[in-house]
Amino acid sequence: MLIWVFVEELEGAPSSLSLEMLTKARELGGDIGAIYLGAGSPQAFATLGAYGAATVYHLDPGDNLPATPAAAAIAELAADRQPDLILFGLTFTDRDVAGRLSARLDVPVLSNAIDIAVKGDEVHVVNEILGGVTLVETSFVGSKPWIVVVRAKAFAAEAGPAADPEVVAVEMSDATPSARVRERHAEVSEGPRLEDASIVVAAGRGMASAEKLQPLTELAGMLGAAVGSTRAVVDAEWLPYSSQVGQTGTTVRPGVYLAFGLSGAMQHLVGMKDSGMIIAVNKDEEAPIFTVADLGVVGDAHSILPKLLAALRDRA
Amino acid sequence: MKIVVCAKQIPDPNTPYTLDPETHFVDRPAEQVLDDTDRYGIEVALQLAEKTEGEVVIVSMGPAAGLRGIRQGLAMGADRAIVVDDPALRGSGALVTAKVLAAAVRNEHPDLVIAGTESTDGYAGIVPQQLAELLGLPALTYARRVELDGDTIRIERMTTVGYDVVEAELPALVTVTSGVAEPRYPSFKGIMAANAKTVDQPSCADLGFSPEQVGIGGSAQQIIEVRDAPGRQAGRLVVDEGEAHLEIVSLLEQAKVI
Repeated sequence: MLIWVFVEELEGAPSSLSLEMLTKARELGGDIGAIYLGAGSPQAFATLGAYGAATVYHLDPGDNLPATPAAAAIAELAADRQPDLILFGLTFTDRDVAGRLSARLDVPVLSNAIDIAVKGDEVHVVNEILGGVTLVETSFVGSKPWIVVVRAKAFAAEAGPAADPEVVAVEMSDATPSARVRERHAEVSEGPRLEDASIVVAAGRGMASAEKLQPLTELAGMLGAAVGSTRAVVDAEWLPYSSQVGQTGTTVRPGVYLAFGLSGAMQHLVGMKDSGMIIAVNKDEEAPIFTVADLGVVGDAHSILPKLLAALRDRA
Repeated sequence: MKIVVCAKQIPDPNTPYTLDPETHFVDRPAEQVLDDTDRYGIEVALQLAEKTEGEVVIVSMGPAAGLRGIRQGLAMGADRAIVVDDPALRGSGALVTAKVLAAAVRNEHPDLVIAGTESTDGYAGIVPQQLAELLGLPALTYARRVELDGDTIRIERMTTVGYDVVEAELPALVTVTSGVAEPRYPSFKGIMAANAKTVDQPSCADLGFSPEQVGIGGSAQQIIEVRDAPGRQAGRLVVDEGEAHLEIVSLLEQAKVI
């Protein structure tokens, strides 16, 4: 079986989700190729080699929004090399490329995958529906390649022995008009990266305003935690979009998840319900977040946070 | 300009969803509502149409039933709607859905197509990109701002680390997030007017599809099994009477993070 893994470059290195997918691909067995989207570097390619990629197809989109030219280039490669399975991550750019590629090749996509298994000639995909309470196992029928979009943190990332992959530079050109990236803005946040943090302190709409977040961010600083948030909070611009946890945002699996003034909509829960320990404070005792919380506190985050900070300072 | 907004009627998200035990598809009650995520796209479309004396057409696929959800969009101000409703479509995967929508959209020759990022009930988030590819349009995705500058459409696109400013010439497809605009509430006048607006309901055959090309058979995937996800048990629930922060401290100690 030939498996390709789409790898998005983040801050000069393969995304952690892509390394999770490569690890899973190794477990599934067969030959592995990585489709690397970004500027690329010898270190990045060496990382892909260590995670099992024998070949790296390098695509550099420059200032084009990648989906259109990347899908065209991958479709051409696929016609030539005949992969059986192509894995994408559930991220912004990956989903864009996966969708376009599927339409271009006229093959289906299964999204929200949390597990993949090879059973004889079939590939079975387990995906979460209805906010993660129900699992559906589906198999592909018909022509290949089969395309799967994988949720972050579904698989652990583990490097194998160092290896030098063959790197193939792939031309990106396509007649379909593409969108251009004019400006790039990175929203700098302090502390650890959300997806890698071992503690996340998250704010919901109940935090009431950007100003009232101060004790929450102070708590995050004190615990060495990343600050997370909900769609309502980022839409209100109290915190940057990059802090959003959930279906559209980042999936996290920290040791401890502390949620303040956060009700736990279905789209949020799918992004954090696999955290090690969940502590939630919310005024509404009916809040769905309490259905997954190890400790639920029915109360006002604005009165509890200062007391929590004081108690932690006293211990220090 | 002419703007098509892709929208979906879904079971009320405030009610628990159930699956048909035989087909494993979500049970769809006769009365469905407009997916909340589509209100943002309709709002953006209406704002752009107001500036350009344009037209807004809602395109949807799925059981029309009482058209309640579609009327909600028309009540906001969309001019008319097309709902592809055909029993043969039941069980269609994302790509079939995109092909059917593309056939309906193509007939409209729009300058701009707007879709939500993902539906609330299915949330695969794949159909808009497939649709763009089938229509041969650039897709400007995950927009939190949309502006029109002559024939150029420009958005702020969410990224993992922040946002990018992305632009393309029309015609194009844009997917919007919920931060993009504040959807208007339908006025009484709008609600009354919605009932008189045209809703075309073409069948698959009208759009050139045979029954074998759509639905389960046309979707190249097969459900093997549906099961409950391993559940997470709710833990302890305490009511704060002034000392609950100490419970949090003790749990953090137990987790060895302080």
